[in-house]
Amino acid sequence: MRHILSILLENEAGALSRVVGLFSARGYNIDSLTVSTTEDPTLSRMTIVTSGSDDVIEQITKQLNKLIEVVKVIDLNESDHVERELMLIKVRATGKDREEMKRMADIFRGRILDVTEKTYTIELTGESSKLDAFIEAVDRTLILETVRTGASGIGRGERILKI
Amino acid sequence: MEISGAEIVTRCLQEEGVEFVFGYPGGAVLEIYDAIFKQDKFKHVLVRHEQGAVHAADGYSRSSQKVGVALVTSGPGATNAITGIATAYLDSIPMVVISGQVPTPAIGLDAFQEVDMVGITRPCVKHNILVKDVRDLAASMKKAFHIATTGRPGPVVIDIPKDVTIAKAEFHYPQSVSLRSYTPPSKGHPGQIKKAVNLLADAKRPLIYIGGGAVLSNASNQVTELVKMLGVPAVNTLMGLGAFSGSDPQNLGMLGMHGLYEANMAMQHADVVIAIGARFDDRVISSPSHFLSSPKKIVHIDIDPSSIAKRVKVDIPIVGNVRDVLDEMLGLLRQTGAKPAAEPLAAWWKQLQEWRSHDCLKFDLDSEIIKPQFVVQKLYEVTGGEAFITSDVGQHQMWAAQYYKFNKPRRWINSGGLGTMGFGLPSAMGVQLANPDATVACITGEASIQMNIQELSTCKQYHTPVKIINLNNRYLGMVRQWQEFFYGNRYSESYMDALPDFVKLAEAYGHVGMKIERPADVEPALREAMKLKERLVFMDFITDQKENVFPMVQNNRGLSQMDLPPHMRHLQTGTVAKERDYGNLS
Repeated sequence: MRHILSILLENEAGALSRVVGLFSARGYNIDSLTVSTTEDPTLSRMTIVTSGSDDVIEQITKQLNKLIEVVKVIDLNESDHVERELMLIKVRATGKDREEMKRMADIFRGRILDVTEKTYTIELTGESSKLDAFIEAVDRTLILETVRTGASGIGRGERILKI
Repeated sequence: MEISGAEIVTRCLQEEGVEFVFGYPGGAVLEIYDAIFKQDKFKHVLVRHEQGAVHAADGYSRSSQKVGVALVTSGPGATNAITGIATAYLDSIPMVVISGQVPTPAIGLDAFQEVDMVGITRPCVKHNILVKDVRDLAASMKKAFHIATTGRPGPVVIDIPKDVTIAKAEFHYPQSVSLRSYTPPSKGHPGQIKKAVNLLADAKRPLIYIGGGAVLSNASNQVTELVKMLGVPAVNTLMGLGAFSGSDPQNLGMLGMHGLYEANMAMQHADVVIAIGARFDDRVISSPSHFLSSPKKIVHIDIDPSSIAKRVKVDIPIVGNVRDVLDEMLGLLRQTGAKPAAEPLAAWWKQLQEWRSHDCLKFDLDSEIIKPQFVVQKLYEVTGGEAFITSDVGQHQMWAAQYYKFNKPRRWINSGGLGTMGFGLPSAMGVQLANPDATVACITGEASIQMNIQELSTCKQYHTPVKIINLNNRYLGMVRQWQEFFYGNRYSESYMDALPDFVKLAEAYGHVGMKIERPADVEPALREAMKLKERLVFMDFITDQKENVFPMVQNNRGLSQMDLPPHMRHLQTGTVAKERDYGNLS
């Protein structure tokens, strides 16, 4: 099952590679990973999308907590949460496809960031599944390039990941 | 006053009360060695290979409860230390390894003797730190010692570039350190402890399963009190030997792949298992599904939450320091008087005694060739069970664990997790330095001993009169045993040809050598060697080449599905009962 893990860790050199090394050394999956500093510059927040049985997710969480620089780990799937991912997608937009692409971008509430005679570059945000759906919805042969950030997540309501 | 980074390193080691630093100099650590030259608070032990330094620091730590400290240079010095570091990591040994690094401006430029030590050790350390600023050095050293010794202990590497050892800073050693991201647990959850006590009181076939965590947390007294108070049986893992006296009648001995018949049967058939600082690893319970096929309730006490429910689901997890948890558990047991009911417990003991009566460690005493088990048994007798025993890895290690009864903790020093051949001799040096008046014996084989034999020279220099018990069967014995059992007697590359004359070799290093070829000479030779208190004695025992370690649980078999020694073959069941060509060595 897909899980979204939120990790607060010390913003120190090497902390990221400890986390990534742990996943590869123990054979866990990383579907996506995002990381950046938080409002407190000494802390980074990482969102890892992974998959595995409940036992595996429990082990991943425990192993992450064991890393000295990891301050806190939560599994966002344990309660309500919001999840967003950003995608930039460059598509061929010529002839009748030009209008069709504009329409698709509107339907998915995307924004066209860059326009040339032959291409659009579209910005899309949403749950990862929505971005997948966009890719499914447009003609594959028109997709020139995609880049995705991977999911970021945060708990709904009063649920806060802080130290 | 500002002092150099190198002096800061030595001052930190002094502040930590370090007695010995095991190391080997080189370009990147010359400043530190210069600072060592100018001080006399701690001693430096010059090994002959960096792997030896780390194993020696490891043996020192295991036998003394103190932190082991090793110092190596950058590049090859650092990579040579890796096996030692991984050995300590797998067995949770508190250790600080200081490695030199090329100067900070040269990092990443493939400089001479540069290796990314922090990167290369990341998977086999508890933590590691690259110090880039001399002003962070003292705090980083404190942090290293703090992390190595608290929680589940482990090795910490501190990598110091040469320019940092030259640069100067004010020296201030912090008295304590607090890390928001690292707060090891101590006391267990009282509710869980209560549940565990209730479970014990209801048990019909209880068993205490003691692991290395009981040794590491110095919980020997608590474990002993628990077992005695409840009148229940106990088993030990390879790493747990000595936490509860090996000669106590309630001790069923070691369990696992080469565990005793009664210990493995007890573990399989118990209805309540209390795991104390043990982790149900593959060499202990073999197949988890078979282990759980006999219904049982499991209490698991461990300081490391990730050890719990890793291979086996447990009913009552208790995260905490073993000693603290047991103290609380004992308090509750005393207060409530809870105890397993006498009648079922008596029936359980009757069954256990029946299993024990087969005497699974019986071996041929009339042999004209020296049996390796016989040597260990005699060593136990001659040393009165009081020696510190280190070992290498293989058959001799298993015989040492089976036949030497460890009655005290921290007397049995071996590489259980990583299984490092070459560990025995250097770790014995460390043990001897920590315990200068004790008898220290290294039980080894002719293959293992050659993996770090250069340390005979270090033993000479530092007068560590280790007694080397070389069980020489001219084979990689355990490899040979597996080839006999599972590879149709094809002894691929397991014969040790062109062995040196160990007596002459020992003498060349300035030690005493002995070659023992007849069973009748074993005991007298051991007695003679023990009399040579000031000398290292290399005892080369020419032993039976065909001897196998029994019992044996094959990979992925159930604990109770053992290959048994010849006198117990009639008890073999299931797939194991299939006639196998035991002992056909041509």
